[in-house]
Formats: sequence, C-alpha cells, structure tokens
Amino acid sequence: MVRLPYLTALTTLLSYGILFVFGQLRDLFRKLLDSSKSNNLQGYAPICLGLEDFYTRRLYLRIQDCFGRPISSAPDAWFDVVERYSNDNNKTLQRTEKTSKCLNLGSYNYLGFAAADEYCTPRVIETLKEYSVSTCSVRVDGGTTKLHNELEELVARFVGKPAAILFGMGYVTNSAIIPALVSKGSLIISDSLNHNSIVNGARGSGATVRVFQHNSPSHLEDLLREQIAHGQPRTHRPWKKIVVIIEGIYSMEGELCNLPEIIAVCKKYKVYTYLDEAHSIGAVGKTGKGVCELLGVDPTDVDIMMGTFTKSFGSCGGYIAASKEIIQHLKRTCPAHLYATSMSPPAVQQVISALQVILGEDGTNRGAKKLAQIRENSNFFRSELQKMGFEVLGDNDSPVMPIMLYNPAKIPAFSRECLNQNVAVVTVAFPATPLLLARARICISAAHTREDLIKGLEVISKVGDLVGIKYFPVEPLKPQKVRELKKLE
Amino acid sequence: MASAMVNITASVLDWVSLAFDAPTKAVVFGVPIDGHLVVEVLLVVVILFQLTRKSYKPPKKPLTEKEIDELCDEWVPEPLTPQITEDMTDDAPILESAAGPHAIVNGKEVLNFASANYLGLIGNEKITDSCVGALEKYGVGSCGPRGFYGTIDVHLDCEQKIAKFLGTPDSILYSYGISTIFSVIPAFCKKGDIIVADEGVHWAVQNGLYLSRSTVAYFKHNDMKSLENKLEEVTRRSKHPEKIRRYIVVESIYQNSGQIAPLDEILRLKEKYRFRIILDESHSFGVLGNSGRGLAEQCGVPIEKIDIITAGMGNALATDGGFCTGSVRVVDHQRLSSAGYVFSASLPPYLASAAIAAVDHLEENPSILANLRANIATLFNELSDVPGLVVASHLLSPIVFLKLKKSTGSDKADMHLLESIAKRVLEEDSVLIVTTKRSSLDKCPLPIGLRLFVSASHSESDLLKAATSLKRVAALVLS
Repeated sequence: MVRLPYLTALTTLLSYGILFVFGQLRDLFRKLLDSSKSNNLQGYAPICLGLEDFYTRRLYLRIQDCFGRPISSAPDAWFDVVERYSNDNNKTLQRTEKTSKCLNLGSYNYLGFAAADEYCTPRVIETLKEYSVSTCSVRVDGGTTKLHNELEELVARFVGKPAAILFGMGYVTNSAIIPALVSKGSLIISDSLNHNSIVNGARGSGATVRVFQHNSPSHLEDLLREQIAHGQPRTHRPWKKIVVIIEGIYSMEGELCNLPEIIAVCKKYKVYTYLDEAHSIGAVGKTGKGVCELLGVDPTDVDIMMGTFTKSFGSCGGYIAASKEIIQHLKRTCPAHLYATSMSPPAVQQVISALQVILGEDGTNRGAKKLAQIRENSNFFRSELQKMGFEVLGDNDSPVMPIMLYNPAKIPAFSRECLNQNVAVVTVAFPATPLLLARARICISAAHTREDLIKGLEVISKVGDLVGIKYFPVEPLKPQKVRELKKLE
Repeated sequence: MASAMVNITASVLDWVSLAFDAPTKAVVFGVPIDGHLVVEVLLVVVILFQLTRKSYKPPKKPLTEKEIDELCDEWVPEPLTPQITEDMTDDAPILESAAGPHAIVNGKEVLNFASANYLGLIGNEKITDSCVGALEKYGVGSCGPRGFYGTIDVHLDCEQKIAKFLGTPDSILYSYGISTIFSVIPAFCKKGDIIVADEGVHWAVQNGLYLSRSTVAYFKHNDMKSLENKLEEVTRRSKHPEKIRRYIVVESIYQNSGQIAPLDEILRLKEKYRFRIILDESHSFGVLGNSGRGLAEQCGVPIEKIDIITAGMGNALATDGGFCTGSVRVVDHQRLSSAGYVFSASLPPYLASAAIAAVDHLEENPSILANLRANIATLFNELSDVPGLVVASHLLSPIVFLKLKKSTGSDKADMHLLESIAKRVLEEDSVLIVTTKRSSLDKCPLPIGLRLFVSASHSESDLLKAATSLKRVAALVLS
C-alpha cells in the first residue's frame, strides 16, 4: 500500500500545476506565432486536436531522454546503453556511436535467459538452420511445425493443465482470446489495475465490463452478488456467463494477487476465472510454476491460465492453458490462431530449451539454482532498500519492486543521475500510473550476482539522498540512547 | 322527473348567480369582498391542500440478502465454450522442415502452396547468417517494451532501412503482423471520427475499426462507384467537416479475395472529399512495383500522397512483425499512443536483422520480382479452366483465389466441398493448398474459396503439377 505523506502530495500537485501553466503559456505563444503563418492543412482536420497531445508535447518531451534508451547488446545483467544527445531541447534525440556499460535493473529478464545461454542458444541456431526464420503462414494453413505441438504439450504439462495453445505475441493473446470466449450478454469483471491488453480484449468482445477494487475479494463478492441479482442492464435478463480476470503479479505494484480468496469467491458464485501470469510464470514458486504454486492453489480451480514467454523465458509470444474442450474451441474460433503468422520456430525452440532447463530435464540443476537465486536476490534487494528508508512496494518473493518518487522533477533527476553512475533504471509516470504516484521500477534477475546488487544498492542510495526520496528513514539508535542502555545493564 | 331536475338545476343556478352578484357586503382593507371572491379563495385553498399531499409512489423495496442468495443459487451460467462435435477436430498439417516450396508435411514431401513466401526468402543463406549473428549477440527475446530498454540498435536500423527503401521520412516497427493495423487505427481514429472502409477487409482491420469507436461506413468490395457514393453521403451528413478526422481504410491486396485496390482512383476521391488514406500493404510490400516498393510504385503514385501505410513482414520479407510508415508527425504520434507499441515487448532482434537482410537482398536482386510475376501469370493461365472453380483474384496478385462457380447455397456445405478438394489434392498428389478459414468473430461477407500462395522459388513444373492435380480432383469432386 502506498503511504503518501501530505507534504509530498501537496508539492507534487503544485509541481504539476506549474508545469501545466507553463505548457498552456507556451501553447498560447505557439498559436500566436503560427496564426501569422499559413496553415497548410487545407481542409483536413489535424491529427491531434486541442489538448489530446498536451501531455506529450509539454510534459513528456521535456524528459524524453529517460525513456526509450537504445541498447546495443543483449539485455543481460550488464548491458551497453547507447548515448544520445539533443540539439533542439529534447524534441528529437540523435544516436551516437558511444556506449556505456551499465547495470541492468530494468529489463524483464527474471531467470537470466536473455543473453546467449549455453544450453539454449546452440539448439536455437540448429532450429534456425532447419526450419528457417519464419513459416510465413498461419497456424491452420501450413504454419504448424512439430516444435509448436511439442511446446504446447510441454507448456500444458508445466502449468498443470490438460492442454495449451500458443500465440506469437503476448498482447495479441489477451486481445484476441477474450472476444472468443465472451460476447454480448456476458459480464467481465476485471481488477482495476489490469494491463492494457486485457482492457482492449474486454472492450473488443462487446461484453459488459465492470471493475472491482484492486485485490479486494470482499468488494468482488459484493459486486458479484449485485450483478447476478440484477442481471443484464435494462433488460434484467440473467447473465449468460461471468468471467473474472486477474493477474498473477501486477507489474506496476509488484504485488501478488490474493488468489486463494478470489478463487474461493468465484467458485461460490459459479463464475469463471482467467489468470494472467505474464510476470509470474517461471519467476515465482518453488519450481517456477507461478502464483498457483506459490500460494497453494490447485491449477484445476482456475479455468483459464494465460502467460507470456517474454519475461522469464527470454523469447517472445504467449500461451493459454485450459481444458481440452476450451482449447479445441479456441483453435476453431480464435482470430489470432486463424489469421496471424505462426510463432517463429527459433523462438519456439528457445522456450522449449528454457523450460527443459527449468524442469531439470537438461540433466543439470541450473534451473533450480536460477529459481533459488532470483528468490534470494529479490528478498535481499527489497529488505536492503527498505532498510535505507525508501518506500518500496510489492510483496516478498516478487522480483518486481517499485520505488516511489512522486514528484515529477524527481523522475528525470533519478533516472539521469543513476545513468551517470552506470546503473540503468526504469522510471514510470502518468499515464501508466496515477498522476501523483510516479515511481522507479526495479526488476531483479537471476543473472545478477551479489556484487552487482550491492553496487546497485550503493548507487541508488547515493542518488536517493541527492534527490530526496527516502521518505521513511529508519532512525539509527542515537549514541545517547546507546549509553543509557549500557548504564541500565 | 325531468321537470323536477330542471327545477333543481334552475334553483341552484339562481343561488349561484345570487352569490356571485350579491352586492358588496363588506370592505376589507380597501378590497370589496364580492361573492365570487369567496369561491376563488376556496379554490386556491383546495389547490394548495392537494399540493402539500405526498404523491403516491409504490414503495421501493431493495432485495434482501436472502433474496440475493436465492438468486445467486438459482443462476446457472452457460458453459464457457460450446460442445465440441465430431466434425470439429483440429487437423492442421504438421510441417517437419522449413516452409519452402518443397516441404515435408506429415512425413512426406509435398509442394507447398500454403506459405506466403512470395520472394522465396525462406532458407536464404545470407538471412540465416545475419540471424545467427544476431542470436549470438542479442539472445532471442528483447525482454522489454520499446520505452524501457527494449529498443535495440537493430530496431532503429531496421526502421531507417524500411523508411529509406520506401522513400518516407520515418517508420515504426511493431512486434507482430496483425497487431500493427489494429493498433494503428485506434491511435488515429477516436470517437466521433468518420471511417469509410471496404467490406472485405480482414479481421485485424475490423477489430481495429471496432476498437476505435468511430463511425464506420462500409462500401462494396473494391467498387469505386460505391466508395464515391459513401463518401458523398458521409460528407453531406457531417456538420463540421474541418473538425472531424476522416479516413478511408483499404488493403492493397485483399487477403480475403485477392483483388487489388485501384489506388489512383482512390487518391482522386480522397483529394476531392478531403479524406486521409490508411493502406494495409501486408501482401503487396515486396511484390508489386518494379522494385517491390508496393502499390504506390505499381500505380505510379508518389508515396507522400498516402498518409499511413502499414504492412506485416510475415509475407514477402519472410520474418515476423510489422511496420507503419508515413510522415514524421504520423510516426511520432504512434510512439506514445499506439497500444501495441507502448504496452508490448519489442520485436526480437534476430527478426529485425532478418528484415534488414531481406530488404537488402530485394534491393540487390530485383530479378526475383520478375520470376514471381512470371510464376503468377503461368498459374493464373493454367487455372483458368478448372472445372467447377473460377479464379476470382487479380492477375497480378500473388494470392491466387479460386471460388466455386456455383455455390451450394450454404456456407457450411461449400466449406465441406472445398475442404475435401484440398484434402484429396494433398493426399493423392502431395500438393498443399488451403481453404479460407473464417473465425466466428469475422464479419467479412465475401465468399470462401481455395487459396494458392505463389512464390518466386516455385519452378514451372511445380506450377504445372499443382494445376493438373487441382483440375483432376475438382472434376471428381464437383461433378
């Protein structure tokens, strides 16, 4: 939970107010200067009207160099960040040839499969030579290879479900599956902090969408009772089906979802559950099987489990694991299966090899070591940050930890200062987070060694002092108190 | 009886008129109190009395907890998916080698007409080498969205390369073919905007149109007269045409029918009615035009006149992903407002380097386009006399589309016939061709048919074999 001090809230609002006023003034001057020049749009409406891109032009462009930093090596624990410069006050950025080696605390590389791996890469290259880069065909036409079927079986076995289906992109998985399962006359209840792909999928399906308070089973229960009792809006017919969509780890909060209670509520009211494990599959749980394993929930209780291969497996694509009937139905109707180019075979092989390492089927215990490493790293880093006085969100065991910044000026200060000291962090502001709650998000990887983490902590602590984000300092025992305690002994 | 009534009525009337015409009996505060004043005061008092009464509303009884419990117990949801019947089994052919013109499917070698490998780049040595280099340097995935250290230098190089190849200022890469168009459309079109789209566009475009929440009007497939009428209609109906953004959405080669959009006509109409064009060139990039630059080069139109061009790279370029190109304003706008770009991990770097190598190869060897065109012409000619089927695609389209001369009347029966033709052609003659698959979410009204994807690396004997096989099986099945 975010504990926002009043003074901070006030100063943040004031900062945004000043930025807004300045932005409006500059817009006014721009309009005055432009009205003298001729307008060359000639009857076409402009692409962005009025205040639609105000945030982009006046606030985002000022700190544009903190986002979209190009890299020129694999996104491993240490990587090369390309330096950029700007000649026109950050409106455009030019690349240079220089790079600087930085500690990577921003990429989703939970198990360290991002760079070339000793087991995976030779197999991937072999697959590339055998099956070539792409099949140029959709899955149902001529794009299904032996590898795709093998991976589907492996994923189903790993997650604990009877069958699975693959897609080439995680975003498309959500946007194209949800319309295939629910349509008009059904109800979707989704968590208030769900990812954009789920929101798009829910909107594209035509079903009614309701939102419940983040991670609150009691509010979910109240909402379910009200909705089932009242039925569809206006006609009051009973709902055809109700689906509750939740995520395993919420990427902006680092929190685990309250899975056991939510599943209990859903079973009581006979609603279907859809669990999006994009960030948690492979990263949490004793053997990497995700939040179900971590929180002790049987996978058969969740109707549909979705995940992506981008984060923990170092590849691309997504999957859905469910019962055989649901997967059969999806194979017949899901547009992403019928119209989209099938997943590239080398990427499929990368996931197969990564899964074999995690399951220990490659003959070594690297998988178990990686899983233990990431858990240890996450807990160490989080406890150290909290000891230093930062406000860190998220639960124990979650490899995602946001550090609260709040003030808009602290975002570029933190980001640029850390980069100067060769630590690359990710800062997130509006619109991905609420306006007042800007944060820096750290993603820990199993490829980080203890020395890397200690270096990262040192730099963050120094920069945190400079920028002033240690909101909850833990007071060290004053020397006077220590003497008093000694006297008592 | 009647006279008694008359008497009573007369006396009442007399009494009333007496009361009304009674001489002033009193003067209160300078106001003479006439008889009618009393009646009026009484009327006002009665009205006020009624107004102060509470109106009758049926009492609101919210549902009690027990009633809600009962309703929740009674409610029975539909099953999540409908029952699977016998004929709905999944039997996609399983590839055991690269998807080149000769592939190994289900254990035996077949002639592959199911891959959109138009330039024959699958298995190309140079592309494979550049991919191996990329894999060793960058690994497989990019582990992050473009805004958070997922931008790798090969992405930027690929964007520059495509922009230079097409002659536009800039371009933007997407990580998946179909997500390109359904992220671009909602980024530019919002509620209240007007879109005129062809009715035969594929599902990804339809999804993008739906997500944009704009007003969409469809015109008849590839019919310019219908387009003109629709443009006229929407322009007349809208009140402030300068403030509303208006778009025409078409594909260059329609994947549902193989027709080619007449770009010069569309440009003329666009300039007349002040609309912007969104053109999806997934199947024409690298195919049409003297050097493969797409429909604009084919029709001799300068590329600046087309506002937004999108394409998937999973066809001619034999990799995956997509790109969008246009003016600087168009591309910059997408970097922050396009959902599929901002909220999704970026394209794996080896696919981007494959795209760069593919474009290089196309620039160095423009003769493969001539091969492709010759192959399409040969197949088109050979298939013009298949019994029971007619070629419905354009003669320059690399997707050769065959539909039934006489439909049986029901879509399901048509599908059954076409599938049995495809199955027999595969089993008896080892030629892999495919039928159009339609999802239940697809609203396209065009007829289904058989599709053959022609590649530049098909030899003439391959094409002849496919044609003879198709003629033989069609004669058997459709007679």
